[in-house]
Amino acid sequence: MKELTFPEALNEAIREEMARDSTVFVQGEDVGPYGGGYYPALKGLWATFGGERVRDFPISETALVGTALGAAMTGMRPIVDIMFADFSFVCFDQIVNQIANMRYMSGGKAKVPIVVRGVIGGGQRLASQHSHSLEALFVQFPGLVVVTPSCPRTAKGLLKSAIRNDNPVIFLEHKMLYSAKGPVPEGRDFTLPLGKAQIGGEGTELTIVAHAYMTQVAMKAVDQLKHDGISAEVVDLLTLSPLDNETVLRSVRKTGRVLAVQEAPPMCGMAAEVVALIAEKLGMSLRAAPRRVTAKQSPIPFSPKLEDYVLPSVTDIVEAARGMVRGE
Amino acid sequence: MLRTRPLITEKDVLQAVHAGRDVLEVTGDPIVTPAAGASLREHGIRLAVRGDATLVEGESSSPSLGNFSSTLLLEMYSTMWRIRVFEEAVSVLFREGRIIGFAHVSIGQEAVATGACLALGPKDYSTASHRGPGPIAARGARLDLMMAELYGKATGYCRGKGGSVHLADFERGILGANGIVGAGIVIAAGAALSAKMRKSGEVALAFFGDGAVNQGAFHEGLNIAAVWKLPAIFVCENNQYAVSMAAEQATGGGSIVARAAAYGMPGVQVDGQDVLAVYAAVRAAAERARAGGDPTLIECRTYRFHGHWEGEATDLRRREEIAEWEARCPIIRLGTRLLEAKIARQEQLDALRQKALEEMAAAIRFAESSPEPAPQEALEGVLLPL
Ligand SMILES: Cc1ncc(C[n+]2csc(CCOP(=O)(O)OP(=O)(O)O)c2C)c(N)n1
Ligand SMILES: [Mg+2]
Repeated sequence: MKELTFPEALNEAIREEMARDSTVFVQGEDVGPYGGGYYPALKGLWATFGGERVRDFPISETALVGTALGAAMTGMRPIVDIMFADFSFVCFDQIVNQIANMRYMSGGKAKVPIVVRGVIGGGQRLASQHSHSLEALFVQFPGLVVVTPSCPRTAKGLLKSAIRNDNPVIFLEHKMLYSAKGPVPEGRDFTLPLGKAQIGGEGTELTIVAHAYMTQVAMKAVDQLKHDGISAEVVDLLTLSPLDNETVLRSVRKTGRVLAVQEAPPMCGMAAEVVALIAEKLGMSLRAAPRRVTAKQSPIPFSPKLEDYVLPSVTDIVEAARGMVRGE
Repeated sequence: MLRTRPLITEKDVLQAVHAGRDVLEVTGDPIVTPAAGASLREHGIRLAVRGDATLVEGESSSPSLGNFSSTLLLEMYSTMWRIRVFEEAVSVLFREGRIIGFAHVSIGQEAVATGACLALGPKDYSTASHRGPGPIAARGARLDLMMAELYGKATGYCRGKGGSVHLADFERGILGANGIVGAGIVIAAGAALSAKMRKSGEVALAFFGDGAVNQGAFHEGLNIAAVWKLPAIFVCENNQYAVSMAAEQATGGGSIVARAAAYGMPGVQVDGQDVLAVYAAVRAAAERARAGGDPTLIECRTYRFHGHWEGEATDLRRREEIAEWEARCPIIRLGTRLLEAKIARQEQLDALRQKALEEMAAAIRFAESSPEPAPQEALEGVLLPL
């Protein structure tokens, strides 16, 4: 094991996969000598691999993603850096109508090995257009794999798998994780499987389901709940689509309670999906009604006072959990 | 008022065709007639604008002071200082951690915002890029309300909900800065459409960077404005970089202004360090737009003296290049001309700067003493009642 920051883990994953496979290349705005826009994860890649394989792109998101699709269908394996995931709205046609449907519409003939990396979420006072938690949107399109790492280890292991995978993968990195540091297994062979959730903090009374940065927030809540004598565990979804229903169900069968957490506003999000899953499969055997903790129903405001109010916190999770376990 | 600009007509294009050339070279700021634009397209001829010709320093490349009232000249001077001192304060406050989030300043580019905005009327509309404070202050927006917004206070222009990148002042027709590169171009085209439909005589101006011209929104916005003859003015603040990307590496065809020809609209390139040149170009464009003529693309060659944003860790631009441009400070340049022409005395100029400093200091006091928004206000203003 070695200690890496989140961007270092991403950097290693890309570096190793580019060295392993000469068809892998990166393109995006400011990915060259600059090392990646506001969240630099690509430091040194341009110096190592050169401008042919680490391609600085003009501000043209439709072309950025669309050329990746064209290249992917003809033998290359592009990694697209879209900087803030919010910019994907500028090129949603290419991502959704084109990339997400291409394999299916071609009767399974097209192969679309693309990774689109984007930074999601709030917490850094960047206001509405740079703070969306838009992961559930992508989940609406069955032709996309959607991945949200939650720490340096999962960032590296999942990104490597995403690059090796022949499906289009939307890889969403929460901005609050960029300062995270953590252990990452040594070796170029370390990968983590796509489509598998993981469980953190072994608990018996409550399952908290979370993803991305909310996994870290939920783990803090689990610690606090321990002091209250409440035993909870966190299912970290990691891959949002296809969803690892089995791991979620296994945990909730054991605990009998589910609290689904997401940073996005309440409607039609991952938390709603998890609650629906549990209601359908385990509804009659639960010890408490399922609950959700989400952002409030508004865009993300700029002012810290306002943003902190809108986003879900450790306290929100702890209070909801107490309510469920103690009936408070 | 405007120094003569070469007019490209269909005849010029046909001459080039007969001479077997595929490039038509022009020096200066060409006005391309719609017929010439169509002809250029038809014959596949590229318009090569020798851009730097307009960057030559000195009297010859700049409108004469005699064309402007001294009131206007002094207003230009003080507006540029208003922007400069405000943004310098923002820079310091950001470093001190008193302002957080995004802060993109346009120190060095003040002549573009100032010349363009002073050429507009109070009822006209404007949109700005993410580099918003300059173009917004230049339209007379209140520095105290701007600063309060940057502090995230309840008294700010957007009640603390928008911050630097979303500053707006609807009472002044400022439809907002924008976090999405290129987005404001089509929004301004829409305001121009509305002005045309309402027959209001207003025009709409979009500010955007050199990076935005490679965005689909640029093409779509200029095209619709051209085919519908919308009263729109597209002002490119070409500071030559989009974060780390040099405009010359990003811009197909090499020239931003030359793209106007493809839409059959006049394209003008001006020295963006010369507030008079910017003013004259926008003034002419606004007059044309109000008279029902074509929209205009104006490329202003300028430079940002600071990094891309105030938290930037890496600035890859050459030090000599930065120094070279710092020597072309638009404020000093106008001040020197005003002194030389005896339009103002040094004390007068100093007093204008002092006034801007005082306004800025009051803005900071206002921002610091303003209340934070109440947390629940976050849920207000999402939708109107159904
Ligand atoms: C659609 C979109 N893509 C990327 C970005 C990130 N971004 C913000 S500013 C910027 C550079 C803009 O350059 P330019 O248009 O030249 O304006 P300048 O910053 O130089 O004023 C980039 C890439 C964005 N905000 N929106
Ligand atoms: Mg620029």
